Amino acid sequence: MADVLFDRSVYVGVMVLLAIGLYGMLAKRNLAKKLVGMVIFQTAIYLFFIQGAAQMGATVPVIEQDLGVDADTYVNPLPHLLILTALVVGVGVLGVALSFLLRIYRRHGTFDEDRIAADLAAEEIEGHTVDDHDADDHDDAEEARS
Amino acid sequence: MTALPLLLLAVLFVTAAIAGLVGPWRQGAALVVALIGAAGALGLAIAGLVVVQTQGTIVHELGGWPPPIGIEYVLDPLASYMTLVITGIGLVVLLFPTRAGFDATPPRRMPLYPLVLLLLAGLLGVVMAGDLFNLFVFLEIYAIATYALIGLGGARATFAAFRYLIFGTLGSMLYLLGVGFLYLTTGSLNMADVAAQLTGIADSPTVAAAFALIVIGLALKMALFPLHVWLPEAHSFAPPAVAALLAAVQVKAAAYALVRILMSVAPPELLDGALTATTAVGWFGAAGIVFGSVMAILQRDFKRMLAYSTVAQLGFIGLGIGLANEQGLIGALLHVLNHAVMKSALFLVAGSILAQTGLREIPRFAGLARRMPLTMFAAALAAASMVGVPPTAGFWSKFYLLWGSVEAGNWAFVVVIMASTLLTAGYFVRVFQQVMTFDPAEEAVARAVEPSPAYLAPVVVLGAGVVVIGLGNFAIVSGVLEPVTAALLPL
Repeated sequence: MADVLFDRSVYVGVMVLLAIGLYGMLAKRNLAKKLVGMVIFQTAIYLFFIQGAAQMGATVPVIEQDLGVDADTYVNPLPHLLILTALVVGVGVLGVALSFLLRIYRRHGTFDEDRIAADLAAEEIEGHTVDDHDADDHDDAEEARS
Repeated sequence: MTALPLLLLAVLFVTAAIAGLVGPWRQGAALVVALIGAAGALGLAIAGLVVVQTQGTIVHELGGWPPPIGIEYVLDPLASYMTLVITGIGLVVLLFPTRAGFDATPPRRMPLYPLVLLLLAGLLGVVMAGDLFNLFVFLEIYAIATYALIGLGGARATFAAFRYLIFGTLGSMLYLLGVGFLYLTTGSLNMADVAAQLTGIADSPTVAAAFALIVIGLALKMALFPLHVWLPEAHSFAPPAVAALLAAVQVKAAAYALVRILMSVAPPELLDGALTATTAVGWFGAAGIVFGSVMAILQRDFKRMLAYSTVAQLGFIGLGIGLANEQGLIGALLHVLNHAVMKSALFLVAGSILAQTGLREIPRFAGLARRMPLTMFAAALAAASMVGVPPTAGFWSKFYLLWGSVEAGNWAFVVVIMASTLLTAGYFVRVFQQVMTFDPAEEAVARAVEPSPAYLAPVVVLGAGVVVIGLGNFAIVSGVLEPVTAALLPL
């Protein structure tokens, strides 16, 4: 059992990171910490792919004269390429998430999920009416409610 | 001709870029560019369907590299059917006036139209990808566009969009992890090649884990009960046109990916036996139908009711996938189209009501039918179809699902489908009782008028579409869906 764990130590590490990320995403009440959890989760998956490409004693995947075309002597470059793409996608998602956090923080002054939810529940539902359409129409609706 | 799949994507990406460039100058010009892009994509999708029907599947090998080394885009009967649904709904939603549909006259810097085009491009990419990793990239492209679009709906929508972002990313990352398992086992990412490699090693635990991760990830993206938690918030606070797009086509792309992977990548050995991925999807779908319908009955907010109704209707698609027989799959795929048309009609009606009266709660809708008869008539058609009243589209998808359930001998599903008709009628009767039988109570309703033709046209087209699809159902099923299911199901 112990050597299995040792042989696959990187995979065990990946699983631990996945668990930490999942915990952060689902259990933390702080939105910024949720985002950190998400990034940890993503990174764990990137590491999983990179570890899948690892090969002891192999060299960079550029064909060399004296090594020939034996595939076992070269590292598999495809996972690296996939992860490069996934990283770019991940950065895009992170950018959108951070801009949301910025907007949420500017409005509510906190990252605490429960406080933001309470804050939002306290307000009347606004938005979703057309700005430039009869402003007084909207006021009437407010009056009728009170 | 083989470049057609690429052309479909290129049209949308190029017009998205152009719309992004002209937007800061004139939003009106960006809208025109977006309409040209969506209409062009719709034209290509129709051409694609015709070509696929007459000459068979179109495969484009990117850069001339044949798979499994190269990336391929596949436009087969199922994919061409989906592209038509996606681009058609996309165009109709873009035609709906931006002021009401997207909740604002967009400020010049807001790249609203490029985001819609990007969303459509991502969805088309998911549908046409012949490669597991490419599918992931397109899943994320449409997801990023979605998060930004939901965020347009104000403070609540921003919060909902952030929570959706966390869940959506979790879903696509689980999918990616599953793909990683498959890649390390088979050494390939091409769907057809992976399926071929898997035949010998289907019962290995790695493969089972891979498919478990993929199914959970995609079910999260598709909002299959009980992984639907992000959907009601995101769909009810998003601007109406965005909600229409999301409910109509966005969640369906993940459902499509699920069908594709379970039916044509997963080895059949994995699908035999007592508790398999497909049956699990079917049972969760059935549970989702009941849960979503009951929750919909309890809602006061019209859009929130529609959002829970989406959870229920996605359950039908899950149930059809779970049946995994011919009628079940036909029912599920037909429901993709039917639900797209009727739910987008209802969300656009919600947008019209909001624009004309500022009201969003059902009890305050009293008497709207007298003030906005045409809009409410279209809504009633869509709602009748949702319930499953015979000549409308919704009747037929339920009919095929019922037939499939009887064929599979699954009486629990039969009961759920029957009961769902009553539950669906339950939440729509509540709305239309207010709208049709009562006199206007609210000042806003009493002063409301039928919106201008620009608002009416998309809604009426979709409402009429419900009936047309219902009447033309046999043509769709025998012409398009029967060959699709014959190709998907192992015989």
